[in-house]
Amino acid sequence: MIPLSSYLILGAILFSISIVGIFLNRKNIIIVLMAIELMLLAVNLNFIAFSYFLQDIAGQVFVFFILTVAAAEAAIGLAILVVLFRNIRSINVDDLDQLKG
Amino acid sequence: MDMMNVYLIAALAPLAGAIVAGLFGRQIGRAGAHWVTIIGVAVSMIASAVVFRDVMQGNLFNGTVYTWATVAGFHLEVGFLIDQLSATMMLVVTSVSLMVHIYTIGYMVDDPGYQRFFSYISLFTFSMMMLVMSNNFLQLFFGWEAVGLVSYLLIGFWYTRPTAIYANLKAFLVNRVGDFGFILGIALVFVYFGSLDYAEVFELAPGKAGDLVGSAIGVQWPLLTAICICLFIGAMGKSAQFPLHVWLPDSMEGPTPISALIHAATMVTAGIFMVARMSPLYELSETALSLILIVGAITALFMGLLGIVQTDIKRVVAYSTLSQLGYMTVALGASAYSVAIFHLMTHAFFKALLFLAAGSVIIGMHHEQDMRKMGGLRRRMPITWIVSLLGSLALIGFPFFAGFYSKDSIIEAVHLSQTPGAGLAWIAITAGVFITALYTFRMYFLVFEGKPRYEAHAGTESAHNDDAHGHHGALDPHESPGVVWWPLVALAIPSVIIGAIAIEPLLYGGFFGDSIKVFAERDVVAALGERFHGWLAMGLHGFVTLPFWLAIAGVALAWFLYLQRPDLPARIKQALQPLYTLLDQKYYMDRFNDWFFAGGARSLGRGLWRFGDVNIIDGLLVNGSARLVGWFAGVARKFQTGFVYHYAFTMIIGVFVLLTWWFLRI
Amino acid sequence: MDFEKGAFYFFAAILILAALRVITARNPVHAALSLVLAFFTAAALWLLLEAEFLAIALVLVYVGAVMVLFLFVVMMLDINLDRLREGYWDYLLPALIVAGVMVMEMAVILGGRYFNLSAMPKPSGAAPDYSNTRELGRILYTEYVYAFEIAAVILLVAIVAAIALTLRKRKDNKYQAPSKQISTRRADRVRLVSMPSEKPDSGEAS
Repeated sequence: MIPLSSYLILGAILFSISIVGIFLNRKNIIIVLMAIELMLLAVNLNFIAFSYFLQDIAGQVFVFFILTVAAAEAAIGLAILVVLFRNIRSINVDDLDQLKG
Repeated sequence: MDMMNVYLIAALAPLAGAIVAGLFGRQIGRAGAHWVTIIGVAVSMIASAVVFRDVMQGNLFNGTVYTWATVAGFHLEVGFLIDQLSATMMLVVTSVSLMVHIYTIGYMVDDPGYQRFFSYISLFTFSMMMLVMSNNFLQLFFGWEAVGLVSYLLIGFWYTRPTAIYANLKAFLVNRVGDFGFILGIALVFVYFGSLDYAEVFELAPGKAGDLVGSAIGVQWPLLTAICICLFIGAMGKSAQFPLHVWLPDSMEGPTPISALIHAATMVTAGIFMVARMSPLYELSETALSLILIVGAITALFMGLLGIVQTDIKRVVAYSTLSQLGYMTVALGASAYSVAIFHLMTHAFFKALLFLAAGSVIIGMHHEQDMRKMGGLRRRMPITWIVSLLGSLALIGFPFFAGFYSKDSIIEAVHLSQTPGAGLAWIAITAGVFITALYTFRMYFLVFEGKPRYEAHAGTESAHNDDAHGHHGALDPHESPGVVWWPLVALAIPSVIIGAIAIEPLLYGGFFGDSIKVFAERDVVAALGERFHGWLAMGLHGFVTLPFWLAIAGVALAWFLYLQRPDLPARIKQALQPLYTLLDQKYYMDRFNDWFFAGGARSLGRGLWRFGDVNIIDGLLVNGSARLVGWFAGVARKFQTGFVYHYAFTMIIGVFVLLTWWFLRI
Repeated sequence: MDFEKGAFYFFAAILILAALRVITARNPVHAALSLVLAFFTAAALWLLLEAEFLAIALVLVYVGAVMVLFLFVVMMLDINLDRLREGYWDYLLPALIVAGVMVMEMAVILGGRYFNLSAMPKPSGAAPDYSNTRELGRILYTEYVYAFEIAAVILLVAIVAAIALTLRKRKDNKYQAPSKQISTRRADRVRLVSMPSEKPDSGEAS
């Protein structure tokens, strides 16, 4: 009998791991993108858990859409990364300060 | 003929003339301009005469002619109050104006602004008529301001002269100071009486005799005293009483005809007329009457003293006007309103005469105005001489002449008055008789008698010598053309006879009826009436009164100093140098005004500009706010580091803070 | 310890470990592969929660497409691995604090009495012929059809955007640029020159 809170705490742990990942990976953009995927995964887990425990399928519908949008976002993000790399030959985050105010 | 039409013609005929001459001056030419305005004023004068006769038969009129606007239920109206007082004023104004119009044909014959001048003096006549015919304070104020405006235009008629421009600005500004008081008075009337109509205000006035009005400093004033004093301040500005007299001598920068019309006979008497018209209000305030007495007395005496040291012929007559206005004011203060109006009327005639005669002398001397360069003109300009002599005798109050009746009545009335300050005023105006005789006959002797001094100064004529004679070398004065001396004669006749004719009906015959109100305890005119036995008796009695002796003494002194021993005046001046300087500098009033008011205003403006505008508004508010925004933007800019992970951090920290905060709220 | 509990803790542990590996791996390819493992485990957890369709969709779509894309990109970029690890552990302490506090807070709330989890008992489970796919399909095409269509448009936009961003034109490609055609000026193309109509020496031309 796994209570709902276990799933939710698992989601919370995943979320905070990905936050730590963003904090730490300042030099590698790709890892940051992957950490974002992890964040989305944590959120999806929350939704599915609630959908199961509340017996409402709307949670799964929402996960469906989150998957769609996450896929689109990953694609575009990587496209930008590729173009960026073509131009500045580096994926070091510290080099990406051309929008400096 | 319906009297309303006559009233309208009397008021509007000069306006029509002014508009035609002003707008179409070039098309109708010089002759057209002077004909149309003279016809306008002549028609107005005939209408005034008709009105006068109608009023003598007892037909008075008080009503609205035109409702100008209605604001929140309050009507702003143009109306006429035709009673004895206004009928008298209408006749005086139009007759003097007509004489001046005719005179101007000769005086301004070679001036490029001929049509403009006629338009202005006709406009002035219209404004003055509106002032005296009005039946409410608003129209009075309209006329008041309009005559001020036309006076400004006329003083600065030769606008290319800097002195003329200074003079007209000075006149306007000093008048403005008076008008400030005037507006306050009208506002008080409006607020506390709820109406601007004379009839309504006069009816409500006795009921408010004890009311008080509070002021900003917490002191309570009696309402009617406040109103009367405020209105009188306006009269001080317009009628050039001390200390707002400073503009009148400078107004001599304008052409002589307007000095005669405006600054002797009509505009400056507007203040006197106004106080007489407001007699129901002034009778209720003894304080205001005392103030009027004292101001008038100061003006009468001290302005006369200044007339003794003037060298410009027009300035002498100007200071004489100031002094005589002081006499009229003193009469008002003694509650002898009818005497004041009587003196106003006689003064209008003989002072206009003296001004126009001075103008005739100026023309004859080819625009030389300095009396030290005249002399012996008696034989050269006989008509001008004789009328000047008659005018001078009228001015000093020689028995049987017009001025004698009015002036002596004033002196007697003040002597009988019990209003506080009357004693002082009596001393001042009696001394003033001596002074008046002194400067009047000083002027007469210097100009008409003695040896001609102008040949000696032939080579140093004034620079303003643009006449058509082309004289170089000796000056050859001759009599002025007929169009100039006919008005002089026409004015000389009333200067001689009108006193004798009018004194009995005007003062003692109840002529003014209800238009002037005097309380029984102050009615000095009635007291005088008990001693009056007809003009002949008064005239004969005049030879043995104190004023007559003083006048003769003044004439004798002038004769002695300027004909017998012409070297003495220079030595007296040297001996009494400080006194002379005081008089020459006009009691330093001009310098004081220039330093204190003008300089003070300039300093205030400069200070406000430097501190308020530059420092506070520009520096602190405008530039300061821009600098603040710039500084803030410079600080906020540092958030934009360009590093994505900084932005990510910010977001995460934000989420963290929110989470913690909600966590703590539970 | 029944099967369900054991399965849950097993998969949860693998998931967390894989996530940690993602963020700490030195080699980005290792990180990508760890992420694949994390997704697989998450799919298993979703199966436990009776979301079968989404579990399989996660594997097919996410792992099969998105993660493969990640791997493509990682392998395509020529990355200098050494420079990447400089200053890696600088922010570790603040990160641990932030993350740790967040987890603790969420745990307190989620496990506490405020959340009232006792009101949400485990449901009895679905009937044997319950088809999660059919249910999902039924509700997607009726109640949420508008969102469904918009999601489709989003995907289309993503395609166009990705291509537009990365397309490199062939250098020997000739094409018309209408905007350039319109913006030419006569002054750039035409110049009027004054010349004599005949050459001076034409003389005896045949």
